[in-house]
Amino acid sequence: MTVTDTAPSKVIGTRLLRREDAALLTGEAKFTDDLVVAGALHLAVLRSPYAHARIVSVDVSGALALPGVVAAYSGADLMALWPGPMPSPWVLTPDMLQPPHYPITVDKARYVGDGVAVVLARSNTEARDALEAIDVVYEALPAVVDLEAAASDAVLVHDELGTNKIYTWELKIGEEAVAAAFASAAHTVKERYIQQRLIPMAMEPRAVLVVPQPFGGDITLYSATQIPHLLKLFVALTLGLPEQSVRVVAPSVGGGFGSKLNVYAEELLCVALARKHASPVRWVEERTENAQATIHGRGQIQDVELAADADGKLLAVRVNLLADMGGYLQLLTQSIPILGAFLYAGVYDLPAAYSFSCTGVMTTLTPTDAYRGAGRPEATYAIERAMDALARKVGVDPYELRKRNFIGKEQFPYTAMTGLTYDSGDHATAAAKAIEMADYAGVRAEQSARRAAGSTKHLGIGMSSYFEMCGLAPSRVLASLNYPAGGWEAATVRVLATNKVQVVTGASPHGQGHETSWSMIVADKLGVAPEDVDVLHSDTAISPLGLDTYGSRSLAVGGVAIDMACDKVVDKARKIVAHQLECAEEDLDFVGGVFSVRGSPSQSMALAAVAWEAFSAHNLPDGMEPNLEAHTTYDPPNFSWPFGTHICVVEIDEETGQVEVLKYVAVDDCGNQINPLIVDGQVHGGVIQGLAQALFEEAVYDADGNLRSSTLAEYLVPSAADVPSITTGHTITPSPTNPLGVKGIGEAGTIGAAPAVINAVCDALSELGVHNIAMPASPQRVWSAIQAANGGMK
Amino acid sequence: MRISVSVNGTAYEREVEPRTLLVHFLREDIGLTGTNVGCDTSSCGACTVHLNGESAKSCTVLAVQADGQAVTTIEGLAHDGVLHPMQQAFHEQHGLQCGYCTPGMVMAAVSLLDEIPNPTEQQVRLGLEGNLCRCTGYHNIVKAVLACADARTVSA
Repeated sequence: MTVTDTAPSKVIGTRLLRREDAALLTGEAKFTDDLVVAGALHLAVLRSPYAHARIVSVDVSGALALPGVVAAYSGADLMALWPGPMPSPWVLTPDMLQPPHYPITVDKARYVGDGVAVVLARSNTEARDALEAIDVVYEALPAVVDLEAAASDAVLVHDELGTNKIYTWELKIGEEAVAAAFASAAHTVKERYIQQRLIPMAMEPRAVLVVPQPFGGDITLYSATQIPHLLKLFVALTLGLPEQSVRVVAPSVGGGFGSKLNVYAEELLCVALARKHASPVRWVEERTENAQATIHGRGQIQDVELAADADGKLLAVRVNLLADMGGYLQLLTQSIPILGAFLYAGVYDLPAAYSFSCTGVMTTLTPTDAYRGAGRPEATYAIERAMDALARKVGVDPYELRKRNFIGKEQFPYTAMTGLTYDSGDHATAAAKAIEMADYAGVRAEQSARRAAGSTKHLGIGMSSYFEMCGLAPSRVLASLNYPAGGWEAATVRVLATNKVQVVTGASPHGQGHETSWSMIVADKLGVAPEDVDVLHSDTAISPLGLDTYGSRSLAVGGVAIDMACDKVVDKARKIVAHQLECAEEDLDFVGGVFSVRGSPSQSMALAAVAWEAFSAHNLPDGMEPNLEAHTTYDPPNFSWPFGTHICVVEIDEETGQVEVLKYVAVDDCGNQINPLIVDGQVHGGVIQGLAQALFEEAVYDADGNLRSSTLAEYLVPSAADVPSITTGHTITPSPTNPLGVKGIGEAGTIGAAPAVINAVCDALSELGVHNIAMPASPQRVWSAIQAANGGMK
Repeated sequence: MRISVSVNGTAYEREVEPRTLLVHFLREDIGLTGTNVGCDTSSCGACTVHLNGESAKSCTVLAVQADGQAVTTIEGLAHDGVLHPMQQAFHEQHGLQCGYCTPGMVMAAVSLLDEIPNPTEQQVRLGLEGNLCRCTGYHNIVKAVLACADARTVSA
């Protein structure tokens, strides 16, 4: 075998097309509801039409009399199936209150959509028809919709708690410094922002299929979930099942955005009822159920104060949040605002003068939980909006104010006042690039010209600079926050006898293109073609260890685990080669899939040959086990810290209030990029979700707690016609924390977008005296704000 | 009711309830699960198929209305293991992520180019207004449709 001295072409960094596409493009891919199991019973859930009501009685006899109906149960009927309540294990403070939560409620309904009874029938239509024959007597109670009213405890959501305020979590750093700064600062701003509730609206509604083996003892749960591993753990814990007998499979999953990062009532119901009836049970969610009974995101009132010196240099930040929990605590509900607590100083060099307090409040609305960004978009929105308010106060351009406050490139690694270490960053460079790409000066000039001409088409430009804390997470940091589990990820890399590679990952994709990206990492590490790498995932029988996909962790934790497992494989292969070529391990180079003896290149052995030797085990070093595989569990030493600057240019028609986005520039730094095609795709989608919060989306409730936007006809997920193309750019500041130099990118777009858009809207309206506008900045809301500022009609 | 429907060139005769929607007929009676259901208000377009060559949301059509008609689903687009040019364009432009809206989006896009062979970006955006995607922000979907149109123009 000869070895050339040309470097093998690197796969990492190329725009390799996705291997996942063909199955999805042809209808071959199977989502949960596509799976066919003969004889499965269909579950349907009767949902409360009241936001808050005492359940006086539930009579299922009418349903039982209908054709095809096998069983029907009230919440009380089912209580014997639940050894304990539904999981919500993150106890934020020692005195946090945890309201009981069971899959089907017994005493009261606590949001419109809360399950009060179930039917099992031979077909889905028979099950749903039978719901109408269940007779429930409700005693309506006052709805608790307004967050501040909820905090007053006038009406209790969970009577036994005695309050709706279940915790107050604080992070106080330099309390005296905070007080002193606000007492003496040259400039202070005090702002209130509303994070409206959002509905994640993954295009695939949730779906569950459970196949029991009553005699074999095992149970298989197929679910449209982001978290097969955590789901297996919590199903076992919650239902008292032996963990080894529960297998969870996430087939193709049609988007999640956090909404499938949960343990849902229907998953537990299908498992428990499949066991009870010794029959497969399936459930598929309708879109209205998805809007009502799958978690919502955001839902906060943010009171934010900044203190700054005469030049606008930040001296202190004070944040008080009221966070809307909804009617129950789902898996991570209470923790979401806390995930943002460390980011309210944004990308700025804040001295040790920070006060954060968050109170979690129960309401009679759908439970909230993680939605793309989960606490971090809220934090970034608050600081970036407040920075624009401060810029007005100081009388400088928002970009100039940011430049005065950026953490300098030379300050990294930077230990923030919160104690967290930002491993790398270069905010000024990313911002300057975005400013240039957006032609900031040119837009300002046109804005001035339009204003001078008295145009009714107002131009606005807004920016936001963000730091994202992602790659969840170092297990010890999670421990310090009382999170009960860890933040590691597992990987196995196995070189088969024919030099094809199997990778087993604990990350669980639902649109991110993991199979493609992971194959690229392995291709470069082992010198094989990406198409020779198979990636196995999302089935706990195949991938027993993992902590799944959320918090932009898959590459920064799971991908790094794969990289490290490849290193172990190469180490073992090196020992085999050294043994067979009778040379020292340290004299072997491994390049492009070939080991060669340094200085004696004719002496070489390809990985393909090593793979066969490891398989045949005819001639291995004494004591070495056969086969070429390695397992790694990687616990990251730090979070991953992507950052960037987004700039939005809008035009607002004063006469209609319509906001049109003319230009959107996103400059993101996620360190080294494995596949820039996929990175850009993540940014595009993330930006549009953030832009949609800014301009379109809101879970609208009336005073009685009815969700008025429970379909896609009313809840404005934007269409292609509503949104602009995105101009993406990147700076590359490799993470020094992990060997790939990578950072997360899944949530960055969403984090950067909402404040950039609203800052642009406020910039456009500033000449009309409007400086704050609530999200979504709908035409009606913008028009009304203009009218109000004008003191009525112009 | 007994109906006869041609789906992807194959004739199927089936007994259906009058209230059965075409999408459920395709998924449950024929077993073609590529056509997805994303909403219950005909808003999302995930269930878009071709009915006699024109795009239709199969949740707005009763199976009995398709009696005697020809339906093409996403499974009928690729031939002999070769992707349809629109499928290929979506692949090359990274016009899909989770892939759930994709079958409907591709069927709508094929229909769009049948109507407007060389659309502008704005025409593509308006033409796909009835199909929602939550992953891509539409950027690469629009690029894919434009690229497919360009390729057709060149090869024509």
